[in-house]
Formats: sequence, C-alpha cells, structure tokens
Amino acid sequence: MHVQASCVFRSRLPIPHFQENPLTEIIVVTSGKGGVGKTTTSASLSVGLAKRGKKVAVIDFDVGLRNLDLIMGCERRVVYDFVNVIQGECTLKQALIKDKRIDTLYVLAASQTRDKDALSKEGVERVLNELTEDGFDYVICDSPAGIEKGASLAMYFADRAVVVVNPEVSSVRDSDRILGLLSSKTRRAELGQGPIEQHLLLTRYNPDRVAGGDMMGITDVKEILGIEVLGVIPESTGVLTASNAGVPVILDENSDAGQAYADAVARLAGEQRPMRFVDAQKKGLFARIFGS
Amino acid sequence: MGLLDFFRARPKNTASVATERLRIIVAQERAASGRPDYLPLLRRELLEVIRKYVNIDPDAIEIHVERDGDQEVLELSVALPEKGNAAAAAAAGEV
Repeated sequence: MHVQASCVFRSRLPIPHFQENPLTEIIVVTSGKGGVGKTTTSASLSVGLAKRGKKVAVIDFDVGLRNLDLIMGCERRVVYDFVNVIQGECTLKQALIKDKRIDTLYVLAASQTRDKDALSKEGVERVLNELTEDGFDYVICDSPAGIEKGASLAMYFADRAVVVVNPEVSSVRDSDRILGLLSSKTRRAELGQGPIEQHLLLTRYNPDRVAGGDMMGITDVKEILGIEVLGVIPESTGVLTASNAGVPVILDENSDAGQAYADAVARLAGEQRPMRFVDAQKKGLFARIFGS
Repeated sequence: MGLLDFFRARPKNTASVATERLRIIVAQERAASGRPDYLPLLRRELLEVIRKYVNIDPDAIEIHVERDGDQEVLELSVALPEKGNAAAAAAAGEV
C-alpha cells in the first residue's frame, strides 16, 4: 500500500512591480572566487558605459582591501570613502571622485582601514537611493570575493549581475554558487519582483589552449552554468600594463582585451555584437614543428 | 621541444575531464541547495509518529519539494508494508 499526501504552500503574494526611478540600473560585478578579474571588469564596464554618455558611479564594496581606486588611477584623490558616507561622516558628493578622463564617471572608494561590518544594508540602500535621485544611469557595484557580508550587500540591491568567470574548475563552481545566491538572496528575489538579469563574462580566455583541449571552451562553461554569455575577454598582456598605469584596459583601444570589453559594454547596452578573439591562431606546419 | 611535441601522441583532453567533473558536482550542489533545510528533521519526526502505529522501514518515507511558479508543493510519500509482512514486521518489532 502507498499513502501519498501533498500540501501546497502559497509562499508569497504577487507584489506589483515598481521602481522609484526605472532609469537607474544597479549592476553587480561578482564571482565568488577571487582574482578572476572583478575589479578590472568593474573599471572597464563603468568607463565603457560612461564613454557612451551615461552617468555612471562605480562603488568598491571590498571594505578593508580597496583596489578599485588603483585600477581607476584615482588612488591619490581618495579623501572620503563609502564607509564615511554610510556612517554620516561626509556627504555622498564629497566622497564621489570625479574621473579625470570622462565627465560622467564617478568612483566611490572602499575604506582601507575598517572591516566589512562597517557596511549595513540600510546604509547601502541610502547611498543607492541618493545616486538614483541624482540621476545616475548606472551604478556598478564591484563585489569582494567570497560570499560574506560585503559580497551579499554588493548583490542585494542589484537589477542585473555580471558574473565574472575563468574557464577553470574552481571559478566555475564558485560562479554557480553565486548564481544560486543571486536568485534567492537579493531584494528582487525577496520581494518577488522576478529574477535578476544574469550575465556571464569569461575572462582570461585562451583560444589556443581551448583548441588544444586543455581549457574549457565558451559552450562548456555556458552549458554548465546555464546562463547567457555577455562577453569573452582574452588572456592579454594589456590587462597588466593597464593596471600598472591605472588606466582601465578598455581605454587601450589597441589591446584585444580592451576591444573585447568595449563589445561587452555594447551588449550590456542592448546591441548585438559578434564575439571576437575567441578563435585559435592557425599555426603553420613550420610553427608547429619549430614553434614555441 | 617543438619537434618532439609534434610527434608525441596527443595528450589527454583535460578540458573535457573538467567539464564532466563540473557537470556532476554542479548538478549535485544545485539539488542540495534547492531543498529547505528542515526536510531531514521533518522526515525523522514523521517517521517516529508513523512508527507508533505501523512499523515501517526508515527508507519508506520520501519527501520532495517542487517549485511551480510561486507555489511550492511538498510531496510526502510513505510506503506501508504489505498485510502479511506487516504482521511479520510487527512481530519482529516486539522481539
């Protein structure tokens, strides 16, 4: 004999979809794993969007280990930071650092001396609301690695997420964990406002190694994680030279990584662009025998 | 080096090994994270209640949670022993 019982939980009532200002879009750049290129990506996406005439603020959520200021090249102009604003020690205007290259771009640095507990959900919300009122088109939240407070606050208020992933096992697994959190531990999820729009951004992609069979390809990663790919950034010497100089790599128009970021920004803005720099260089017989 | 590589047999395709390992672990972890964390306890307590009346196998209770839009369906399935076996099981239980 078999007894079956089912009960149905109506977990939540549908809540009408509303936004105070539909013109401000909050985008979190996250990954779970460290060192995959979140800050490089945050810097280039924000520069790219600002270059298209959008008003953009990019916020470093990595309290205690700030680095966005270095990548953006404004480290010597940091007077007040995100934590100062949250704790009411200065105004948001005082803490926003205006980019010297692009008029519509502002950087909000993380605190270097406090720890991650200095951030609060209410404080972050207040800052984001103020940016919304100030007419910002985009707010880019540069998440710290891990899944602790800084990372969960960076994603909580997001409308969209860019998950940065390297074609490597630990990065892909961590990304899947982050995707799970994005679909449950965000304001949109909690209010039943529908899922956050999620994009994958593959970085440090090496087409030659993919062709040789020792690096996972775009389709492999895409199939495992089950979300669409916003862009593929090739492994490039340009990324290090750009960070050395404090110039986001997207501004280096000669580098393949810079061009790939420009494509990703265009797709983020709704344009269709073919993927570039994803095919292996064809090697001649000579190169294959005597090559490196 | 280049000359040697050219004639050596192609190395094992490690990317496909990585893909396969990830497919399995990601599927496992997704299944585990979707489940509410009270399920194991619910299962154990239900088992205790039912066992007061019928002697059932610890594995005879299955609990699934399925999501369907904004509804969650908790499905509970209990396999009761057959009549003859029930008597035997009850007898065994008394020993």
